[in-house]
Amino acid sequence: MSDKDKKVLITGNEVIAEAAIRAGCRFYAGYPITPQNELTAYMSRHMPEAGGVFIQAESELAAISMVFGAACVGERALTSSSSPGISLKQEGISYLAGCRLPAVIVNMSRGGPGLGNIAPGQADYFQSTRGGGHGDYRTIVLAPNCGQEFFDLTRLAFDLADEYRMPVLILGDGVLGQMAEPVKLKPGIKYEPAHQKKEWALTGNKTGKPKIIRSLYLGQGVLEKHNLELKKLYDKIEQEDVRSESFYVDDSEVVLVAFGISSRICKKVMQEARKEGVKVGMIRPITLWPYPYEIISRAAAKKVKFLVVEMNMGQMIEDVKLAVGGKAEVHFYGRTGGEMPQEKDIMEKIKQVIK
Amino acid sequence: MKEIYKKSNILTDAITHYCPGCGHGIIHNLVCEVVEELGIMEKTIAIAPVGCAVLAYDYWKFDTTEAAHGRPLAVATGIKRARPELIVFTYQGDGDLAAIGTAETVHAANRGENVTVIFVNNGVYGMTGGQMAPTTLLSQKTATCINGRNAKRDGYPLKVSEMLAVLDGVCYIERTSVHNPGAVIKTKKAIKKAFQNQIEKKGFSMVEVISQCPTYWGLSPVEAVEKIEKDIIKKVPLGVIKDV
Repeated sequence: MSDKDKKVLITGNEVIAEAAIRAGCRFYAGYPITPQNELTAYMSRHMPEAGGVFIQAESELAAISMVFGAACVGERALTSSSSPGISLKQEGISYLAGCRLPAVIVNMSRGGPGLGNIAPGQADYFQSTRGGGHGDYRTIVLAPNCGQEFFDLTRLAFDLADEYRMPVLILGDGVLGQMAEPVKLKPGIKYEPAHQKKEWALTGNKTGKPKIIRSLYLGQGVLEKHNLELKKLYDKIEQEDVRSESFYVDDSEVVLVAFGISSRICKKVMQEARKEGVKVGMIRPITLWPYPYEIISRAAAKKVKFLVVEMNMGQMIEDVKLAVGGKAEVHFYGRTGGEMPQEKDIMEKIKQVIK
Repeated sequence: MKEIYKKSNILTDAITHYCPGCGHGIIHNLVCEVVEELGIMEKTIAIAPVGCAVLAYDYWKFDTTEAAHGRPLAVATGIKRARPELIVFTYQGDGDLAAIGTAETVHAANRGENVTVIFVNNGVYGMTGGQMAPTTLLSQKTATCINGRNAKRDGYPLKVSEMLAVLDGVCYIERTSVHNPGAVIKTKKAIKKAFQNQIEKKGFSMVEVISQCPTYWGLSPVEAVEKIEKDIIKKVPLGVIKDV
């Protein structure tokens, strides 16, 4: 095996941190919360080595606001947390969206509501895909399902954030964050101070014309105009940046729909089922917003039955139903409170759906 | 005729939304004059608050960002750490700095962030209709304590400058006012020192400016400045609180 193909064994939390540094991120602020602590710890050691800034903030509110500050001056900036902490960060995420600032936010989600537990969860789907904070906005949501994808999508998250000048969320869970997997670490980009390429970044007024970063628009119709500019951006993203993965959709009786860790379990179930001659396929959304409505809609036209598998009481199923538009049956199997779906239980449910 | 007084070149010509007799206009001008005199305009970043000064970026020509209510010092931390060569200041009111942003204020100060804080204390929430602020004085009447602040119900005025002064990360705190020409000159001197400290990388520097709010004190502009002289500065004394 050549050095180029060498893989390292690394946790999801740590691989995001390493990928961020290799993607030119030079600013991280975070606050301790399980199950994402390995990411913060990795940053505390490796960000200074890369010449970047690491700050352990006094709160999630402060951490996201520090990221906001770094983004103002054009730095590629990252913060991470888990569900209760992400709720606190929603204030800053809304401001980032309103102010058109790029940043990447990682949520290694856990069981909720409230303090919930520290087991893996997917119950933050609604919060992640519907803006999350106050106001009329979207965030791009990437949902990797393995260590390698954490690495690859972290790089993509920074590129998309910069391209569209908006916050991008990476949604994982406690298992994906803490499980170590072999990952091929691709070389980083050559670090160039990002602000030199961002003409909107604050540098100090050198031209006589000040640059202002704001989300406040008080005049009649002014905020609507600003929001419609955001809408144009969101429409473009819905056209160009939908990502998903499909298996056997054209040759299936039942199509599983699952993201993140649930999709890993579902893929195994699909393979076992096909060995038994049960025609099971799968659609895995990789972007949760923009959502792959079209691919699901096309499958629905072929009269397959859908089984949505989630680690919550049924959240993504609403998007699947939107895509299906009443043209096919949509069933649900979920576990909540930080519990994992079991292969045999999903298989059982598939058999019920086929009947 | 020789021009002996004019507003700073860094101020815009916009007509401000501030009420007659408000101290914000004077304080904006002082900050602009200081930056101009220090020759640091081209590397200065301002952070505008939520509160009466929310539109400060319309009135000055600094590269400016807004911050969520209470978060200016976290935003300042992000900017200054990412680009230490920039000069960063926050302009904050008492509700912003000493109520909703207490944690951000205390921890930025405690980390010794090398930034400058202009803390405008008028003892009320002006923007939202004159509610009680953390710094509202005992017996002072506001929209949410119409019979006057009562310690039993509302707690005591928060001595935020004195609190911050005990932190090792803080290098300079002075309380000043802008209620007469002498006080304005002293405030300018303090603001200049607070910026100079940042240039010299000395650490966290804050000037608390007691400012008049005739509208929500229910007084005329003249009565408001008299109240500062006769009442407020007896209870909240002016002067250097920390200088190391």
